[in-house]
Amino acid sequence: MRVAVFATCLVDALFPDVGKAVVRLLRRLDQDVEVPLRQTCCGQMHVNSGYPREALPLVRNHVEAFLEYDAIVVPSGSCAAAIRHQHADIAREYGDGVLVEGAELVARHTYELSEFLVDVLGVTDVGAYFPHRVTYHPTCHSLRLLRVGDRPLQLLRQVRGLELAELPDATSCCGFGGTFAIKNADVSTAMLADKMAGVLATRAEVCTACDSSCLMHIGGGLSRLNTGVRTVHLAEILAS
Amino acid sequence: MTGPLSGAPFPEAARKALADTQLRRNLARATSTIRAKSAAVVEELPDWAALREAGAAIKDDVLANLDRYLVQLEEQVAVRGGTVHWARDADEANRIVTRLVRRTGETSVVKVKSMATHEIGLNEALAHAGIAAHETDLAELILQLGHDTPSHILVPAIHRNRAEIREIFLREMRGVDPSLTDEPAALAEAARRHLRGQFLSASVAISGANFAVAETGTLAVVESEGNGRMCLTLPRTLITVMGIEKLIPTWRDLEVFLQLLPRSSTGERMNPYTSMWAGAIEGQEFHLVLLDNGRTATLADPRGRFALRCIRCSACLNVCPVYERTGGHAYGSVYPGPIGAVLSPQLTGVAHNTSLPFASSLCGACYDVCPVAIDIPSMLVHLRAEAVEAKGRTPERAAMAAAAWTMADSTRWSRALRSARLGRLLGGRRALPPPLSAWVRSRDLPEPPRHTFRDWWANQR
Repeated sequence: MRVAVFATCLVDALFPDVGKAVVRLLRRLDQDVEVPLRQTCCGQMHVNSGYPREALPLVRNHVEAFLEYDAIVVPSGSCAAAIRHQHADIAREYGDGVLVEGAELVARHTYELSEFLVDVLGVTDVGAYFPHRVTYHPTCHSLRLLRVGDRPLQLLRQVRGLELAELPDATSCCGFGGTFAIKNADVSTAMLADKMAGVLATRAEVCTACDSSCLMHIGGGLSRLNTGVRTVHLAEILAS
Repeated sequence: MTGPLSGAPFPEAARKALADTQLRRNLARATSTIRAKSAAVVEELPDWAALREAGAAIKDDVLANLDRYLVQLEEQVAVRGGTVHWARDADEANRIVTRLVRRTGETSVVKVKSMATHEIGLNEALAHAGIAAHETDLAELILQLGHDTPSHILVPAIHRNRAEIREIFLREMRGVDPSLTDEPAALAEAARRHLRGQFLSASVAISGANFAVAETGTLAVVESEGNGRMCLTLPRTLITVMGIEKLIPTWRDLEVFLQLLPRSSTGERMNPYTSMWAGAIEGQEFHLVLLDNGRTATLADPRGRFALRCIRCSACLNVCPVYERTGGHAYGSVYPGPIGAVLSPQLTGVAHNTSLPFASSLCGACYDVCPVAIDIPSMLVHLRAEAVEAKGRTPERAAMAAAAWTMADSTRWSRALRSARLGRLLGGRRALPPPLSAWVRSRDLPEPPRHTFRDWWANQR
């Protein structure tokens, strides 16, 4: 099985430690991972902001970068969902038949990190040690578009030293929503305020999730308020 | 036109609403109560998923064969002594209703709660013609007395709490007991006394419809208070205004929708009052106004048409994190919340409201609860593209095109990352140029990393 990591543009640019953690974790689980350097971005921001035509070259680049792999692991529920649910549609609307086929193939081989670990590798105990009180925020796209269910929690429960605190009103959106966070900054911030109140109520030291984008938003708010609570991607906990 | 849209763009209207802490408290309390009730009664049905699929399939059949079913409905209503009128838009519908009321010689009418008549601005049109329309639904009465507009499809006065309602009654309701308390029972009793006189004296009633059965010409109104039933049965003339998408093919199809609707809307197993009538009953005159008002244009869009499946249960409003914080008025439309964000721009044309499709974080909660499985998030994304097209050349479009060009090629992308890192070192964690500056109003930026992920991978190999 040829396994590739699609780090996502956000991790590549701003959160390289998340990408490194995915590589380290998969190697520890005896996977010979590759990071095709042709990868850039899944194009979700363009599609969801109303620029599907502009997303076409990104979809094409992504498909060509990952076509030959049997499994593509993505540390983002949102990007995995875009690849699975949007790429073939974009190819159909603006591209060609070859691209549609390629996009469908890549979509079938794409896994969000917790899906790959639990469903493909069949592991929940990845040998991690993380001695902190942690709360888990299920991101909307991992929850409702990918239906990852409790896979991330199954993985977290096996982490040594980790004390899991249940997040109140966990399934409500944190307010990130891509360009929504900018275009509707006030509503986004009102949603963030409630999410942060939930996180603080757990008295957790760390808030984790499957998406660096939502964590950047939650973490940015927690930092602004000097709460001392950190945001850490699931991959980083599992690789510890 | 008397269309549903007006006012400021969503972000601006939302900012005002967010500043109203009383409103936010009222909404959070009300939506979380309905949400929990509805979730509980949906969960207890083992065949909910199948019902939902059936509901969607029946509505899709209606939309695919609307021409045939509408003619069938007209025939069936006519056979049973009713008269059917066809209205292309709001103005035509208002003209028809005004003419029908005038013919009776009456200058006042009673109304059953109806979204379609709000959509066309019927009360205002009637007032213009010297006809007073009295709302009889409790929440609609509260709004009418308070010179207010609905902010929710099912619970139009959801933004008001009982203390505020008491104040409105004391101020506006003629002959109200000045010692009125804000106990729900006392408020309801005051409304009952106020309305009773109107029911008994009215000779014209105007209603909407939840469903119309093409096969039998039956119209159905479901409600909780019984006010609707009073209006539908007491007056001599009944005029029903109904959007053309409210059709269902057969009587049996009601079985599906009368399960889906109450559980999704009020969180009840069955709604307290279900009134059904076919044509005119003895001694009564019945008119049915079939309203298009942008619906056939919506039907023409293969991705947008699913909004016409909507049965106005408002489950999507109750689970929407955006609606919960802004309330309905911020949407500037009769149809607020997620369904409003996809329906309203289509009814008036997207160019007339380019901000509504963006009034969502695309969290997907609306799609999960929709009893007729409308994929609202995907439709929002589709309408965003239309809104972008409608706006033409903008700085955002240029930025998006530049970003796409850069990101479509890994060499250009890695070069861009290197120069961006230099820029970040100068900018700190709390400064960004507009429009990105909206981010740092409430959120710090992450610490800039020492290297990119791709550089790390390239080096360690």
